Amino acid sequence: MSHIDLRYTSHLARLGFKPEELKVFGPQVDKILHFVEQLNKVDVEGVEPTSHPLPLANVFREDKIAPSIEMEEFLQHCPSRHGSFFKVPKIIEEKS
Amino acid sequence: MDLAQKTVFELSELLQKGSCAPEDVLRSVAEAIRTKDGAVHAYVDFDPERYLKRWKKMPKTSSRLWGIPFAVKDNLCVRGEEITCASKILKNFISPYHATVIEKLEEKGAIVFGRTNMDEFAFGSSCETSCYGPTRNPWDLERVPGGSSGGSAAAVANDTAVFALGTDTGGSVRQPASFCGVTGIKPTYSRVSRYGLIAFASSLDQIGPLTKDVRDMALVLEAAAGHDPRDSTSADVPVPRYSDFLGRDVKGMKIGIPKEYFQKGLHGLHGDVEEAILKAVKVLEGLGISVEEVSLPLTHYAINVYYIVAPSEASSNLARFDGVRFGRRSEVPSGMLDMYERTRGEGFGAEAKRRIILGTFSLSSGYYDAYYLKAMKVRTKIMQDFNAAFQKVDALITPTSPTAAFKLGEKMNDPLEMYLSDIYTISANLAAIPALSVPCGFSNEGLPIGLQFLGKHFDEAALLNLAYAFEQSTDFHRRTP
Repeated sequence: MSHIDLRYTSHLARLGFKPEELKVFGPQVDKILHFVEQLNKVDVEGVEPTSHPLPLANVFREDKIAPSIEMEEFLQHCPSRHGSFFKVPKIIEEKS
Repeated sequence: MDLAQKTVFELSELLQKGSCAPEDVLRSVAEAIRTKDGAVHAYVDFDPERYLKRWKKMPKTSSRLWGIPFAVKDNLCVRGEEITCASKILKNFISPYHATVIEKLEEKGAIVFGRTNMDEFAFGSSCETSCYGPTRNPWDLERVPGGSSGGSAAAVANDTAVFALGTDTGGSVRQPASFCGVTGIKPTYSRVSRYGLIAFASSLDQIGPLTKDVRDMALVLEAAAGHDPRDSTSADVPVPRYSDFLGRDVKGMKIGIPKEYFQKGLHGLHGDVEEAILKAVKVLEGLGISVEEVSLPLTHYAINVYYIVAPSEASSNLARFDGVRFGRRSEVPSGMLDMYERTRGEGFGAEAKRRIILGTFSLSSGYYDAYYLKAMKVRTKIMQDFNAAFQKVDALITPTSPTAAFKLGEKMNDPLEMYLSDIYTISANLAAIPALSVPCGFSNEGLPIGLQFLGKHFDEAALLNLAYAFEQSTDFHRRTP
């Protein structure tokens, strides 16, 4: 049975947790993973994986100009902006 | 009888003859919401004047949907209206465009009339993970309406919506339809365009209506379905006029009952649910339909597959909620990484976090093959099970849910227990087949029980006709809380 490293996985997901949340989540997530691991009993030798349920491939459409929504419509929802740009905090951080 | 209590079909008769005007219907539904929704909380917002104003610009059509108001789950975009997926992380976001399904229904003259409550990002089976607080079941206010489209089901059951739209990724239309005693469908994957639906799991999500009976379902689905160039996964397959199929002879049709679904104790199948299903079998046999046992050997593994595939896709889809382009951002973050982690940590609720973690883990380096890849292979085998069964029969029947509506809070502390309540609905999403739930009886406590019909890809017409034949022989769909 796997023991998920919650701290590492939450970092991959860029998801902050309070210490008390981690305490509750650990056992819950372990229990769910233990449950899904029952799949190990199924023989899948030679079985192709299904990532998409219907046989769709290379869906094309005409390359035609159509009206689109004004940039301002989308920009008005962003938490912080600078002119027509999304504004974010410092990207390059000092190594802590 | 109050206009708000009528079906789409009944209202359209009145509207087309001019015996009543759309305003009369809207005012009746608005009044029903004002007087009856306080206790149930099916709606997350309601401002009748704004919705009335939207309608006035629309021309008359000869469609059965002209002048009919409908409620919309809070994960479908309605231009100019807030959309939140019942999550704090999206609060105050205004849709810049219409979902295709909204556009199509409006073209026919139907009228958006309120947004309904749901589990946060559609993660849940009880409507309890909403940031707005839970919706209650109109049949018993101490019980859940089911989820995640709990608000839509409760509104239709409570006669505060004529019909409603929901979405179904693992049973989120059918299970609440079953709990609230209404009709709900998950169409074939790709039957209804997903453009304008905030994605949960892109290979499983489908939009499905909730209605008061099967005839209404046929009318709404034939308007909602169809190819859409803006959703490249939507099927370019003609949409039949489903309503024309209703009433066709069902004699000689074959229905299968998967024997694994009735094994004692395995999925917590309640005795009164089993009894109602067996009575339904008798009704179907009485119509000249032959009912035979079939086998779906991989049934037991559907939930295991689902809780790898769905969270994996969800963790990827929810990466876009990062505080940069829309939604909320945490206060004064010290840098980019801090902004992501705090925004997402504060904005998502517990169930959303659990699923993001499960999905991220299943997709992460070192675990991908053992979890995600393995699940995708078992998914193939589950689809093969259904294909084999449909060689022998035209449709399958099962309970929609192993129990009637459970109590608020009953399963909130044990996520796995909540997941297991989806055992009968999840396979249809994995196999991409259509599935419909109709009321088929009542539990010992007087709560509605649902019967699920599962069909072949793009064979909604047969499912609707079978369900219609069943409905015409029973009166469960006419009972109200």
